[in-house]
Amino acid sequence: MLTARNLSFSYDGPTVVRDVGFTLAPGEFVALVGPNGSGKSTLLRMLLGLLEPATGSVELFGDPPRDLTVPGRLGYVPQRGRLAPELPTTVREVVAGGRMSRRAWWRRPTAADRDAVDHALGAVALTDLASRLVTELSGGQQQRALIAKALVADPELLILDEPVAGVDAESQRLFRDSLVHLVREHHTTVLLVSHELGAVASDLDRVIVLKQRVLFDGAPADLAARGVSLGIHAEDLPLWLEELQ
Amino acid sequence: MNLPLPWPFDREYMQLALVIGLIVGACAPLVGTFLVDKHLSLMGDGIGHLAFAGVAGGLLLSVSPIWTALVVAVLGALAVEWLRARGNTSGDLALSLFFYGGIAGGAVLASRAATDGITVNVVPYLFGSILTVTASDVWMVLAIGALIVVSVALAHRAWFTIGIDQESAAVMGLPVRTLNALLAVLTAVTIVAATRIVGVLLVAALMVLPVASARLVARSQVQTLLLSAAVGVVSVILGLSAARIWGLAPGGTIVLVSAAIFGVVAVVRGSTGGAPIGHH
Repeated sequence: MLTARNLSFSYDGPTVVRDVGFTLAPGEFVALVGPNGSGKSTLLRMLLGLLEPATGSVELFGDPPRDLTVPGRLGYVPQRGRLAPELPTTVREVVAGGRMSRRAWWRRPTAADRDAVDHALGAVALTDLASRLVTELSGGQQQRALIAKALVADPELLILDEPVAGVDAESQRLFRDSLVHLVREHHTTVLLVSHELGAVASDLDRVIVLKQRVLFDGAPADLAARGVSLGIHAEDLPLWLEELQ
Repeated sequence: MNLPLPWPFDREYMQLALVIGLIVGACAPLVGTFLVDKHLSLMGDGIGHLAFAGVAGGLLLSVSPIWTALVVAVLGALAVEWLRARGNTSGDLALSLFFYGGIAGGAVLASRAATDGITVNVVPYLFGSILTVTASDVWMVLAIGALIVVSVALAHRAWFTIGIDQESAAVMGLPVRTLNALLAVLTAVTIVAATRIVGVLLVAALMVLPVASARLVARSQVQTLLLSAAVGVVSVILGLSAARIWGLAPGGTIVLVSAAIFGVVAVVRGSTGGAPIGHH
């Protein structure tokens, strides 16, 4: 589904990402964690095809990210800070935008598109707020709108960037339920890039710990048991992992 | 063409100006909505200055200044978009480059034309003049208006999606660069279409001010789009009427009316307790 091989990158200076490689199998629920400056965002941008690696390669569904032949197979939830539109924009309009990957950009939405938007809004409990402006929502509600925007295209692989940073407990619970539902019922592959994931820690199949290079790639329980012997220092572990100890 | 319209639109030249004004009044904010959405409110201004260089070039070469303005504006708009997409030059710096280069180039070419003995009057192009509108201008603006309406009808969902988050749109597979280039070209042709009425220096105001009013009261992206076009049309009708009544410059009057509408909407909205969009 996703294969990263020997990825390295530097921004005119020290290497930010060094020789990183891993694969995601269909239906896996994986977290990519690491402290600030560990290279998570750079790695994410390479995985999405937004940044060309200095060395190494990425394959999404067997092709380079920029050559995705079937748009919509990949869903991406950016950080919430980006949801600050310059124009009045309703929650429904944000979510409907995610459906554009399933049709040509000049085509009008079909009844199936509208049904998908309704379903995605329901999945994140935003149906009642569909006509509200996104700028009127709380941080957690905005994050759920972005998740619905990614879900609405029914992606096979969903990549989320710091999805619950600063989000209230109720939204974290709804977020966890949505992801678990996706993984278990729709067999969607999920890659979660985050610092604080207490709500989903027990549902993960794998954890990848990054600090320029991959320090650990395995089951959460193994990380808790072997973390120290792998040379991972406490400050390199995101706070949420402490709950596994 | 002389239609039985009431004063102040009873004369043919006012009717020609009205037709062009209505098309431009609706279409300039339609395009401007997406420029505002992409934080490119000054794009129209930069391209307008470049169009002035095209006008001066046309006068120097003794060809229709509108066509040379169209060519220069379209090429300039694509160049600005290319610089922005490369990421080495920020949007406002790229615009500044063309903004000043365009007006300087226009001044040099116009002075050269005057030196060559060509009668040069750039004022109507800079600030608009309803007295210079011809029937052939109307046909050209009609064609440009149709192009803009069709393009917006087809691409508005994609442009709004790019406006929310360009990187997500690219990941989704939208042809972001192509759609950005299309918007840049439409910006250029809108400016040229509006040159006769409001002039290259004021056209950007007609692209942005109606949108500024609409976003204060609209409750969705589509409402913003339609309301801004409505404000643009009202600005043109009131502005042309005032220009005829008091013998004012039409371009400046239209823009001042549009600014006044924004002021009224902002005051009314403020007095009813509304908070400006975009302030968190």
